[in-house]
Amino acid sequence: MSLIHKTAAELGALIAGGEVTAVEVAEAHLDRMAEVEPKINAFLHVDRETTVEQARAVDARLGAGERLGPLAGVPIAHKDIFATADMPTTAASKILEGWRPPYDATVTSRLRAAGLVILGKTNLDEFAMGSSTENSAYGPTRNPWDLSRIPGGSSGGSSAAVAAYEAPLSTGTDTGGSIRQPASVTGIVGMKPTYGGSSRYGLIAFASSLDTPGPFARNVLDAALLHEAFSGHDPMDSTSIDAPVPSVVEAARQADISGMRIGVVKEFGGDGYQPGVLARFHEAVELLESLGAKVVEVSCPSFSTALPAYYLIAPSECSSNLARFDAMRYGLRVGDDGTRSAEEVMALTRAAGFGPEVKRRIMLGTYALSSGYYDAYYGQAQKVRTVISREFEAAYHQVDVLVSPTTPTTAFPIGERADDPMAMYLADLCTIPSNLSGNAAISVPCGLADEDGLPVGLQIMAPVLGDDRCYRVGAAVEQALESRWGGSLLSKAPAL
Amino acid sequence: MSAITRDEVAHLARLSRLALTDDELDHYATQLDAIIESVAKVAEVAAEDVPPSSHALPLTNVFRADEVRQSLTPEQALSGAPAVEDDRFRVPRILGEEA
Repeated sequence: MSLIHKTAAELGALIAGGEVTAVEVAEAHLDRMAEVEPKINAFLHVDRETTVEQARAVDARLGAGERLGPLAGVPIAHKDIFATADMPTTAASKILEGWRPPYDATVTSRLRAAGLVILGKTNLDEFAMGSSTENSAYGPTRNPWDLSRIPGGSSGGSSAAVAAYEAPLSTGTDTGGSIRQPASVTGIVGMKPTYGGSSRYGLIAFASSLDTPGPFARNVLDAALLHEAFSGHDPMDSTSIDAPVPSVVEAARQADISGMRIGVVKEFGGDGYQPGVLARFHEAVELLESLGAKVVEVSCPSFSTALPAYYLIAPSECSSNLARFDAMRYGLRVGDDGTRSAEEVMALTRAAGFGPEVKRRIMLGTYALSSGYYDAYYGQAQKVRTVISREFEAAYHQVDVLVSPTTPTTAFPIGERADDPMAMYLADLCTIPSNLSGNAAISVPCGLADEDGLPVGLQIMAPVLGDDRCYRVGAAVEQALESRWGGSLLSKAPAL
Repeated sequence: MSAITRDEVAHLARLSRLALTDDELDHYATQLDAIIESVAKVAEVAAEDVPPSSHALPLTNVFRADEVRQSLTPEQALSGAPAVEDDRFRVPRILGEEA
């Protein structure tokens, strides 16, 4: 089997055993990227030399007897919202075109410390605002399953890169579903860790109380290995949890769910859900039962208001966070001809540098926070957030994990929802509650929808710091389904 | 009745420091109206006695020792600046002509 089709765990073992070098593995992936990028457009920045240089350094460290983790020498695609000192960091926005941060994000420096080799920076919806990667200022990314369709978003470059075998692993960030939904629609694994379980330092902020870095991989164990490599307490992020990382790798290896109590959220399903998505979901629930889990129905009536609450909270935080793009200290500056005031230059720059979705959200957030509307909108949304967290808490008294479809439909065609914000927002219907409550949640492939032959994801949600439960259940589902299918779901994808 | 008028959107654009064209204002007025009407559903949750959550985790302030540590050099801090003069950020005038 070629190097690009191996798992991250296999590649790490081959490199550690001296059977292949990190440089050879990096070059195999760079060659694959050169071949398929014209079709996929997953990357915003690739620099072969910098990547090979990193791989050479890892080979030298291993050669000198340095003990690195299980992913040493394994290549990774890095979402272009994490600061990287040696590569541009743009958040897919014109306002940061060509910007090179003076420092690395914590996630970036932990990847480097673990010996991972960064292949490049991946495409996203501008500032991670979107569910399709169409909001990138640098053109959309295409879904490897069907090039006319979206790869999900906002981390769509990261999901597409892994699904197209351009990288065995990638990073993402999940604010309302931006890891789980892209994983679901490209047939791979994507995990949103517990909020505060992974560091936000050096992550360009969208909605600070929700933003959570997490891993993408083609299988559950690889995702767990990456999760462990970059997670854990960071003194540079004051909202980082000062507790050990849940034992996610061990859970992914055990994959035993006998006796576990699993709750099906009653409110997720019905109108607006694609029949093929619901069919695969119900089969997955039966499978969980056949593997020894006890399945019960759980009601969380306020989850239906999670979406409206999110679209008040996230834009409010974004309107404040994006005020830093003021054309003064870094990034784009437009209209500074000596006659205009700083304020005029600021307004012209922001109008030229931000795309339509970012402008919409900044204005929506400004509205929700303005006096006279604050109590009815932002204040009420924060109360709804409390109600939703309480419903989760009550549910987790009855069950160990909750399950739902990850997203109501399979990948939709590029352009279909591009100018209909409300239709676009529905893609995050099932993922948003876990962001509001901060709990852990994963998406694992559970089959193809009958209507269109496109991937469907199963979402598994667990309480705060219960990340290991997501991996345990995810690995059990993966094992059972892959033995039924005779291989991974991704092996059914058409050749590129 | 619309939830938000075009004039209100123009005001929001000014507050947000976004120099929008007339066409953009028309477009956003329609879209924001639909979005606001939809997010207003949060009012359906009876939550008078519920405390608001600004955050998912019950975190309190985090402190560190007040020690001098390495930070960015002036060159690093200015490395992305649109305009620089004498180790400083050069910005457009911030005061009006009459000042």
